[in-house]
Amino acid sequence: MNDTIRVVCRLARRDFTLEVDLTWPDQGVTALFGPSGSGKSTLLRILAGLERPPAGRVAVRGNIWQDDAQGIFWPTHRRPIGLVFQDPALFSHLNVQDNLIYGLKRVPEASRRVPLDRAIELLGIGGLLERRVTNLSGGERQRVAIARALAVSPELLLLDEPLAALDVARKQEILPFLERLHRELTMPVVYVSHAPDEVARLADHLVVLEAGRVVAEGPLGATLARLDPPVRLGEESGVVLETVIGARDEAWQLCRADFPGGTLWIRDHGLALGQRARVRVLARDVSLALEHHPHTSIQNILPGVVNALAEDQHPANTLARVLVGETPLVARITRRSAAHLELTPGKPVWVQVKSVALIE
Amino acid sequence: MPLDPADWQALWLTAKLATVTTLVLLVLGTPLAWWLARTRSAWKGPISALVAMPLILPPTVLGFYLLLFMGPEGWLGRFTHALGWGYLPFTFGGLVVASVIYSLPFVVQPIQNAFEVVGSVPLEAAATLRASPLDAFLTVAIPQARSGFITAAVLGFAHTVGEFGVVLMIGGNIPNATQVVSVQIYAHVEALEYTQAHGLAGGLVCFSFAILLIMNRVRRPGQRG
Repeated sequence: MNDTIRVVCRLARRDFTLEVDLTWPDQGVTALFGPSGSGKSTLLRILAGLERPPAGRVAVRGNIWQDDAQGIFWPTHRRPIGLVFQDPALFSHLNVQDNLIYGLKRVPEASRRVPLDRAIELLGIGGLLERRVTNLSGGERQRVAIARALAVSPELLLLDEPLAALDVARKQEILPFLERLHRELTMPVVYVSHAPDEVARLADHLVVLEAGRVVAEGPLGATLARLDPPVRLGEESGVVLETVIGARDEAWQLCRADFPGGTLWIRDHGLALGQRARVRVLARDVSLALEHHPHTSIQNILPGVVNALAEDQHPANTLARVLVGETPLVARITRRSAAHLELTPGKPVWVQVKSVALIE
Repeated sequence: MPLDPADWQALWLTAKLATVTTLVLLVLGTPLAWWLARTRSAWKGPISALVAMPLILPPTVLGFYLLLFMGPEGWLGRFTHALGWGYLPFTFGGLVVASVIYSLPFVVQPIQNAFEVVGSVPLEAAATLRASPLDAFLTVAIPQARSGFITAAVLGFAHTVGEFGVVLMIGGNIPNATQVVSVQIYAHVEALEYTQAHGLAGGLVCFSFAILLIMNRVRRPGQRG
């Protein structure tokens, strides 16, 4: 297939064996998510040609990058990729400008689709060009590394936990730039992360790995709402909804985010009417009731139907998936309340959403 | 002036020998150091030990075996003879071969250490930026290992200047071919020409001090940070 990325491989490592047979769309951001030792970085390195699993197969947009059955293996420098490592891996003997053009000047002019100026502007590093890389902050280094990878006009951009080595403030500095890339460039991205908030903000497609195996895979919203088995995010379990801003209540500084089947009032961040907004509803912020209680501080109370129930990580808890219209929300409630309310699939309930985070 | 023309000739010969040896060592030692820094082969241990041997072997032992090896009965001797080059012992060429082996660890080890410090990450980054392995080696590994190369060149040069036992075994004391400074000093002392011995020996003391001083200077800005 010409519009997919496909990886088939088996690779034994000391603490896990990566065994995958994966196909995902080569559009938007695909997150490879999982705890350390789940094989997500190894999978990225296989895509980049930095690891060569025996009897592996890697095909991107119909081009076969590796197929040991046919004796095909493109070395890393022949693959049309850009890669950003966790450690920015800037060349310490070159200044920022020379780091940026290192890859660019090795790309034939006909294949240069991302002008250097554009990469510099996207990452906001115009003021750093003459600096030595040893004099940059951690966040600046990572921005230079991302711009350097973009400057080779990759057909596939690979990001290996680019924020993991940064503190919270630096993360907040870089995330907006990544979101801009997501919005303004059309190149597909594979994003390796173990941070649920990054995945919720950036991903369109989600692949969840555990101990070298794929445990869930699919579009972000649907995959996060899966309960069989649930994607184990602990406190960060929840769903992500693609909404459109439908109304504004200026008196109370709120705006209404509409999604198929319902609406949520969220804090007004100044988004225009009609603008798309990605919001995140954590399972711990959703409670269920059999009757509508109007006398409550909770602003968002929606009618829904219980769709599925599943065990949570702690035995006291249960995860309940409720369909609001056609959109699934996930609630974390105690098993005792699930029993008291006699929740079963098909039962109508009121979904009380205590808090909603706008993430894009 | 305590130095006579023979002393000047010995100085010139020593400088020439050390320069040629250092250049040969940089050319041969760089790929060897690269291989040692990157390989996971079982041969790494034995080859490392072999490279390090001149560090602990008495120079006379090394010189003795090189003498046999390059002489009419040795296979290198037969090889050079067959090519019409004659035998290497007691020639400048023989001294270069011996010095290359004698100073090998002083050049290979600093470069190897520098390559190990560079590590694989910058090279992987270069590969993702379309650099072929040779391209990445020349444009990333070597520049990043720069301070290791400077140390290697300085140590290789200085160590060759200071060799004595090996030269005596395979070079003898032939003016303008094998009569280097260290041998010349020995000859002066044997002949009780202490003033001339002082001239050369004092010169070497100053040279060694200057070398170490320069190395400290050069290495500091080259540190990775």
